[in-house]
Amino acid sequence: MIFDDRAHGFNHGKSSEITPLHHYLGRRRLIQTLAGGVAGAAMASWASREALAQVPRPGKLAALPGARSKLAGAVTMEKPTDYKDASTYNNFYEFGTDKADPAKNAHTLKTTPWTVEVEGLVKNPAKYAIEDLLKLSAQEDRIYRLRCVEGWSMVIPWVGYSLSELIRKVEPLGSAKYVEFVTQADPKTMPGVGSRVLDWPYVEGLRMDEAMHPLTLLSFGMYGEVLPNQNGAPVRLVVPWKYGFKSGKSLVKIRFVEKQPVTAWNRAAASEYGFYSNVNPEVDHPRWSQATERRIGEDGLFAKKRKTLMFNGYEAQVGQLYAGMDLRKFY
Amino acid sequence: MLLKPMAKPVLFVLALLPFAWLVFGALTQNLGPNPAEALIRSTGDWTLRSLCLVLAVTPLRVMTGTAALARFRRMLGLFVFFYAFVHLLCYSWLDMEFVVADIARDIAKRPFILVGFAAIVLLTALAATSFNRVVKAMGARRWQQLHRAVYLVAALALLHFFWMRAGKNNFAEVAVYAAIIAALLGWRIVHAWRRRRRPATVPTTRRAT
Repeated sequence: MIFDDRAHGFNHGKSSEITPLHHYLGRRRLIQTLAGGVAGAAMASWASREALAQVPRPGKLAALPGARSKLAGAVTMEKPTDYKDASTYNNFYEFGTDKADPAKNAHTLKTTPWTVEVEGLVKNPAKYAIEDLLKLSAQEDRIYRLRCVEGWSMVIPWVGYSLSELIRKVEPLGSAKYVEFVTQADPKTMPGVGSRVLDWPYVEGLRMDEAMHPLTLLSFGMYGEVLPNQNGAPVRLVVPWKYGFKSGKSLVKIRFVEKQPVTAWNRAAASEYGFYSNVNPEVDHPRWSQATERRIGEDGLFAKKRKTLMFNGYEAQVGQLYAGMDLRKFY
Repeated sequence: MLLKPMAKPVLFVLALLPFAWLVFGALTQNLGPNPAEALIRSTGDWTLRSLCLVLAVTPLRVMTGTAALARFRRMLGLFVFFYAFVHLLCYSWLDMEFVVADIARDIAKRPFILVGFAAIVLLTALAATSFNRVVKAMGARRWQQLHRAVYLVAALALLHFFWMRAGKNNFAEVAVYAAIIAALLGWRIVHAWRRRRRPATVPTTRRAT
């Protein structure tokens, strides 16, 4: 398209003149191939790392496409965990305490209709139908490390958008200092809710700046598809630098509050599970070390466990949130 | 039937089946997403189960009057030791990578590990004194006194399991094992008390009056 002068500068070309997407991508690929050939081995290895990040769809549930996130730290190059492991080895006590239980029992969870209530200290409290929440912001593909407090880890390709997108829409008041996440607790569809393991509903919380951090993800899918029930369908939180239990599943309420919320595990065992629960290899759980972790499906049975990273490897992105804080005290 | 020469080898093979199953599962990668955890937990479960079995031998023998059952007690006891040892091995290898300093620190730091470790030390003493020659050398009385330590082992094993599950307030399974062991030990207390009150020679006179 040629702009001949100021007067005609904004004449748009015909739609037929627009390069079709696959031609465009074809050109990109050609350029990449050439670049790879010229730049040699270093370039080639970079290209193959990119290829690794392309996660195949398992083909089990409805597709949920997302655009690759451009956020720093949002796409790790580590090998994603097998979908089978990620969807059959879960802690979701509403469906049983054994890690194989949720995959067996969660089929009873009814995810439509589903509403998420945003309430508390906000200018625009609202009840979002899940369909509207899905469309509130553009879905992104993000590949995060997941470190469970029990000493195992996975790499999960999530689909969702930053929680901050929703928070901006509802406009928290100045008095809102924390965000509380309340999850579904329906004894009819969740057999574990009858147990006395925890007080139901399962409640989690974040400080406002943690909730606003762009890495904090409101997730609707994984592996390019909507979330399986056992992984927290239809919408859950993912906070990659904290132990997994901080990321509430099957959310029904997001509440803006002034005081630090009493979270479910903190209430059950305050000496073992603090409010912050940031991944920290130097602060041990009272009953086991947090210095190392076993990557599920990745390391052989007799392989050495891998070292756990400070803030689960997200220190560059989130370290400043905790500047000056004694992380042994605020565990 | 219990006196048949084949009875012992058959029981031996049966008691080894869980171990064989776990080895097979490990080799064929059939132990689920976290095989290390599966091995450590299953060997612990089988230690508790064999402990219940060996503690059931004497009550069953007395209640049913089947003296032949006593033949199997030592072998079952050694299987308790075997599964406990494999449990310790799995923990030391898969969890601690055989770093002795880490294991020592873990024992000092975590009460439930300390308790489990103490139970295994006791079991080792019992297994080491299980040979006929040692029994003879020690004398039956002293041997029996030492081997009453198995009751302490049962209590420690239960406490170990209880503490391990305490993190998730998940005591359903612990309660099952506790009930079985309480019944088996309770029977011994009642039995000993009755024997003391009435000499064995006049077993059924009280009701007759």
